[in-house]
Amino acid sequence: MFRDKGFTGRLFIAPAIQLILLPMAANYTIKNINIAIVDHDHSVTSQKLSQKILSSGYFKLADYTDFDSRANKLIESDKADLVLEIPNKFERNLITDNTQKTGIEVNAINGVKASIGFGYLSGIISDFNNDLRATWVQPERTNPLPTISVEPSFWYNPLLTYYIFMVPAILVSLVTGVAGLSAAFNIVKEKEIGTIEQINVTPIKKYEFILGKLIPFLAVGGVVFTVGLLISWILYGILPLGNIAVLYLFLYVFLFAILGFGLLISTYSETQQQANSIMFLFMMVFNMMSGLYTPFDSMPGWAQFVSHLFPISYFIDVMRMVVIKGSGLHDIRIHILCVFLIGLVLNTWAVLNYRKTS
Amino acid sequence: MLFGFPIVQIVLFGFALTNELKNANIVVVDNAKDLASQQIIDKLQGSKFFNVQKEIMTPSAIDAAFKEGKIKLAVVFPVNFNTDLLHLNKASIQVIADASDPNTAQTLTNYVISIVGDYQAQLSPTSQVPYTIQPEVRMLYNPDLKGAPNFVPGVMAMVLLLVCVMMTSVSIVREKEMGTMEILLVSPVKPLMVIVAKAIPYLVLSIVNLCVILLLSVYALDVPVKGSLILLLGESTLLIITALALGLLISTITSSQQSAMFASMLGMMLPTMLLSGYLFPIENMPVVLQVISNIVPARWYYVIVKAIMLKGLGFSFIWKETLILAGMAVFFTALSLRNFKIRLE
Repeated sequence: MFRDKGFTGRLFIAPAIQLILLPMAANYTIKNINIAIVDHDHSVTSQKLSQKILSSGYFKLADYTDFDSRANKLIESDKADLVLEIPNKFERNLITDNTQKTGIEVNAINGVKASIGFGYLSGIISDFNNDLRATWVQPERTNPLPTISVEPSFWYNPLLTYYIFMVPAILVSLVTGVAGLSAAFNIVKEKEIGTIEQINVTPIKKYEFILGKLIPFLAVGGVVFTVGLLISWILYGILPLGNIAVLYLFLYVFLFAILGFGLLISTYSETQQQANSIMFLFMMVFNMMSGLYTPFDSMPGWAQFVSHLFPISYFIDVMRMVVIKGSGLHDIRIHILCVFLIGLVLNTWAVLNYRKTS
Repeated sequence: MLFGFPIVQIVLFGFALTNELKNANIVVVDNAKDLASQQIIDKLQGSKFFNVQKEIMTPSAIDAAFKEGKIKLAVVFPVNFNTDLLHLNKASIQVIADASDPNTAQTLTNYVISIVGDYQAQLSPTSQVPYTIQPEVRMLYNPDLKGAPNFVPGVMAMVLLLVCVMMTSVSIVREKEMGTMEILLVSPVKPLMVIVAKAIPYLVLSIVNLCVILLLSVYALDVPVKGSLILLLGESTLLIITALALGLLISTITSSQQSAMFASMLGMMLPTMLLSGYLFPIENMPVVLQVISNIVPARWYYVIVKAIMLKGLGFSFIWKETLILAGMAVFFTALSLRNFKIRLE
């Protein structure tokens, strides 16, 4: 295993790079939304509204113009995400008619960005509206409106940083990738090169052979995980709230399952290319469906069921629970059980499948 | 296998994955049990965003429920909710969110706030609230705010790159490893022909894949190709050529299949996934990454495809990106051919 000199490099460098790059990129907080304001009114009110929007910190001004067509061009060329249109005689009509409409056009290709951006904008407009009423309306005219205030408190992550959410999960995906690929490759490479024939003629039993492959990889998986934990501590300041021993326990059950999967794939493939492709496909699919990037609960029932067949989603959940919330062994008991069962099935299947005489 | 990949991605992104939040498990702790709280709870239950359970929980019980991952949010009504509302004209509700996933926590909290806000508006006297500014919104290009339009162009880029770069490089390196490359090179076939022969099957495969994806996205996902199909195919060919050249480049610098695969992953897949703007928005990234993303071909391709497919724009809007992509194609082809020739000597 260590004979392939690329291997040790890959072992440490790849996860390290991924751990550093991925969380920086995988930031879903929506900010720096480009807005173009078309102001046909040029009144004090419309300018105050514009100022309020721009000073909110969510938006960057793409253009402030009188022409609709210019603003539309900006959306088409992706320079603006939103256009706010303030109609002619806005201020005057607001006072005389008591109501006015403003036009908002949103580039909705990215649905999340569109709805959040629009949410911010309408929040600012309604704030502005309330302020306006407070200054324009004589106090005696209205009865105080009943207000219900909602007080949110955010537990475990009061600063709402995205890193603490992503980094542990990305670590999982890395460990899976490294361990799984290595496992699958190993047997297939021997098959391809032909050393498998040599091993076949020794008196070694099927399961002893598989076990002999398994153990170094468990060690390697553990190392990668530890390196990952160190990096996330040093670079991101993430220290698990819960018990680290619990994490390692789960890690080994998880590795047991993943390596079983890798071995299974390698017993079915003839070439490294095949093994790689299949492994890659599965990794991709399960990575996406595990709740790493998109919320798990938003998936339809069938997708959730499929995702429950594969260990990654469990591990990501466990990582987030133990690291961020400090969950304990009791809380993750079902996770451990499921992954262990999956591992048992996969490994048994792999052993049964492996024929000594190919 | 190679066909499976794009189909799977389309199925995933089209039907399974979404950033919208629905059916989030929440708990409502109703200490008031009065008319107002009941009405608000009814509204929460009626919303598709929430799966509401009513239970009286202490903070430590809430903590335990969060730790087990059973609920994402707790809404707590104080004892005198309705009375306060009627007599003091104000009352407050506490929302406790599991912020381990900050976006979900914020979004769910926002949903609660807006439902409460709706209720509050209903309480107001029937006279019209003065000086109302009404925003009228139009969602362009994707009025239903579906996830698919954003993902499909990205899937296209990924698939083309995956097939071309990885498969080409691995296949050439395999010959090197097996030793059959020498045999090929001593034959009267020109080395350039060997390369072209290796690349062509993948070229064809990619175009077929592309068509499959387009068909799927138009008929299964309702994502139309609003602009010119020919332009789209042309731009895609540019990307394919760039990718093939990159595959060749990688094959000249690696000596084992594993390293070829690895180099393709690190050098192509990873940057494409992360920095092309398809999964994560580029403008959110630190400036360093934004600069690096400029050399990822997929990034430009993604912009081009979005413009043609989703906005229906013509060449005049994307000439700059096309130029960049063409430049990359030329550059990588030249570089890899040169490298290959050097290797031969």
